[in-house]
Amino acid sequence: MMNVLYFAWVRERIGVPKETVETQAETVADLVEELRGREERYAAAFADLSALRVAIDQELSEFDSPLKGAREVAFFPPMTGG
Amino acid sequence: MVSISISVQDTAFDAGAMLNDFSNENSQVGAVISFTGLVRDTPDNDLDRMVIEHYPGMTERALQTIADEAAQRWDLAAVLVIHRFGDLHVGEQIMMVATASRHRTAGFEAAEFLMDYLKSRAPFWKKEFTKSGAEWVDAKDADEAALGRWSAD
Repeated sequence: MMNVLYFAWVRERIGVPKETVETQAETVADLVEELRGREERYAAAFADLSALRVAIDQELSEFDSPLKGAREVAFFPPMTGG
Repeated sequence: MVSISISVQDTAFDAGAMLNDFSNENSQVGAVISFTGLVRDTPDNDLDRMVIEHYPGMTERALQTIADEAAQRWDLAAVLVIHRFGDLHVGEQIMMVATASRHRTAGFEAAEFLMDYLKSRAPFWKKEFTKSGAEWVDAKDADEAALGRWSAD
């Protein structure tokens, strides 16, 4: 079981801030493929991966990063702090 | 040992008071540099409010990592980072960074480094509410490019 979190417009597009996902995905990209296949709102949110960032267990990661042992994956747009 | 203080909060803060405290705590050091970011109005001057969302847990970790990196790269005595989230209005203080160091060059550079990194690497997102609707603020290419100058050497 993995916690998947969404922030900013990704959260709005998917409609929930957080959900638990049963997955065997080996990489972030594999997980994205699984989510895209679920419903249109996921396909819409994940349409352009270049517009998204990902964190694994609260560390910025890449879409080809492995998910082995990960407990929390978060998807969000590029950050706009400061 | 560099003193690092990080606060992620939804309440307003008094940048002047924070700076006075920070200076008093580091009165033996020589140089205190600070930057305060304020909520900017839109070009049409119609910003009703700004909402800042963040990723609790990761935000604090990311800011700590950035501050630790600054403390490694420059000769600093102390680092202060405050960043708000939640509802803000034009002119309100969003965030501040301060550095205390023996010499001003280290303090200025470290403060710029902190700003550059926390803009693009700390998980905050701004949404602007205006008369014409609500929009997430897009990240700027220039902000990402600004990180490049810290890895050139």
